[in-house]
Amino acid sequence: MSDLLSVTTLIGILASGIRLATPYLYAALGETFSQRSGVLNLGVEGQMLLGAFVAFYVALTTGNLWLGVFAAIFVGALMGLAMAYVTVNLHAQQGISGIGFYLFGLGMSDLLFQKLLGTVETVKGFPKIYIPGLSDLPILGEIFFSQNIMVYLAYLLVPIVWFVLNKTTLGLKIHAVGENPDAADSLGVNVGRIRYFTVILGGCFSGIAGASMSIALLNVFQQNMTSGQGFIAVALVYFGAWRPIGVLGGALLFSLVNALQLWIQVLNIPIPSEIAIMMPYVLTILVLAASVSRVKGPSALTKPFEREA
Amino acid sequence: MKKIFQGDWFSQLIDGLLPVFATLLALLVGAVFLLMLRVNPLEAYAALWDGAFGSTNALAETLVKATPLLLVSLGICISFRGDMINIGGEGQMIVGALLATWLGLTFTNLPGWLVIVMAMVAGFIGGAIWGGIPGLLKAYFRVNEILSTVMMNAIAVQLMNFLLRDLLIDPSQAKLASKIPQTARLAEIFRLPRLAPTRLHLGALIAVLLAILVYILLWRTTLGYRIRSVGQNVYAALYAGIKVKRYMVLSLLLSGAFAGLAGAVQVYGVNYRMITDGSASGFTGSAGFNGIVVALFGQLHPLWSIPASILFGALLVGANTMQRAVQVPSALVTAINGLVVVFVVSSEIWRRRRQRHRLAHAKQDETSSPVDTKKVDPIESDS
Repeated sequence: MSDLLSVTTLIGILASGIRLATPYLYAALGETFSQRSGVLNLGVEGQMLLGAFVAFYVALTTGNLWLGVFAAIFVGALMGLAMAYVTVNLHAQQGISGIGFYLFGLGMSDLLFQKLLGTVETVKGFPKIYIPGLSDLPILGEIFFSQNIMVYLAYLLVPIVWFVLNKTTLGLKIHAVGENPDAADSLGVNVGRIRYFTVILGGCFSGIAGASMSIALLNVFQQNMTSGQGFIAVALVYFGAWRPIGVLGGALLFSLVNALQLWIQVLNIPIPSEIAIMMPYVLTILVLAASVSRVKGPSALTKPFEREA
Repeated sequence: MKKIFQGDWFSQLIDGLLPVFATLLALLVGAVFLLMLRVNPLEAYAALWDGAFGSTNALAETLVKATPLLLVSLGICISFRGDMINIGGEGQMIVGALLATWLGLTFTNLPGWLVIVMAMVAGFIGGAIWGGIPGLLKAYFRVNEILSTVMMNAIAVQLMNFLLRDLLIDPSQAKLASKIPQTARLAEIFRLPRLAPTRLHLGALIAVLLAILVYILLWRTTLGYRIRSVGQNVYAALYAGIKVKRYMVLSLLLSGAFAGLAGAVQVYGVNYRMITDGSASGFTGSAGFNGIVVALFGQLHPLWSIPASILFGALLVGANTMQRAVQVPSALVTAINGLVVVFVVSSEIWRRRRQRHRLAHAKQDETSSPVDTKKVDPIESDS
């Protein structure tokens, strides 16, 4: 136990916690957009998987990591477009169509992986960027300022998303569409167009989330490598009460517990690893139970909009 | 309720065939992917068909795969009818199987038939617990059941990994240095009877009988009526004096119970032991997810789930043959299943449109004053 409390270990836990939050942040911030406008996109996991594969494949074959990221964004956007069409135009039940897209992404990424690569390969991922001055700070430097570009970008997105949602006309429209689509419609807001926008944007973010795993954090692609992280990201939106700052808090809490769990195994502390892995999930359920009953989400969440004749 | 569907057999036929169109469309999209991968789709699908129905044994394997799908989908029918979305089939299967396996490895002195019956009940209870918790969380703490059931899946997997490496580990494995996380094999008298020489077991028959029972439960009992009422219109159900919260919990609990039973049947009918590769699908074969596909395909009707489960069982079994014959990874079938789900829920709009059309005709001479439903919160006002 004393090992766990040493400074180097704590720094290690915090630094990897900050890093591990990256895919959750991208995916959950994107999901915040779509849920704010009233669309529950449960296909995040599938979008992440396909994004992870495409980013990896493009990066591996072209040698250009950024091309990989853009390819992932493109694929995420396409899947978002499909999700938007199905939920906005066809009024399909959101929770279930999301599961469909999850299965599609799971199957496709696996299929393409086996057909195009076949074996597990690695790419040289994004290098660490040491922020001049700040990275030399004792302790803080290593935790916060010695990460790769995808990590920094994820955190940078938090204030940006906050700004867009709370300080712009677009954000106001998204909010109106999610709370009361009928009223928004009568005020001249195009409900369908807003939802298309948020779901496609959410897809782009999920794609980046996948890319951040396959070419920035782990630098490999494996079958089903997201292993439920997309679903966690959706949960984090509820957890964060549909606010970017809350999402950030949730993502950090979850990934820090996860990092702790990894270190517990590394240090051979006699807690069964399975119990340790369970902790973040149990914690999420408990926090959801404690918070969701008080916080109300967008009123029109999961409800298709139909213009009254 | 008035029988508004009577006489409109053509519309009903089209409605009934919607999932078939959805599947054909999904297979068509799959064919495009195959072409892009430079595989002849006809050849691939022929191999798939042959692997699923080409011989007695192939057919038996299809039915073996269909059995857990059918059981899970029965539970899905119940919960979705109650407007509770259960994504937790994987975890519920695992917990049901764990409880059933523990029972079979503990009470080794009891007669075979008794242990089998007890194990099936244990599976039912294990799944019910795992489904009931999200039900309680939804009804009393407003935790979205989609999320909690997904979390419960992850927890169940870890529970399985832990128990199979620790308390339930095969004693002979425990002695070896390389500990494979698996339980001991069940005694032979505890195994569900098989139709030799195939692997088709009694579980298939149990599943079909239960499908009929679930049909009766949903449409011929008060319990089923109330679950469906809550699902159709929570406010109206509340107005009618139904304890909405109780039926929310109950529909998820029952849903989990059938998945748990599927887990128990999988152990007692097919594997005779539990073994883990660290993921859920290693044990369940993703039946917990695919059961949702089956239930949707069968339009949430337990009896239609029977042919639907055979179809998807066939896809899964055939996928392996396809993989060997034309080198297309069986993952293609997962992707196609996903598309089937998307297309089926997307085609709902046509059904609803026609239904509204018919309702409009039926209601022309009927003055109805529906309850003002917008203002009551079902969870708050139900005590």
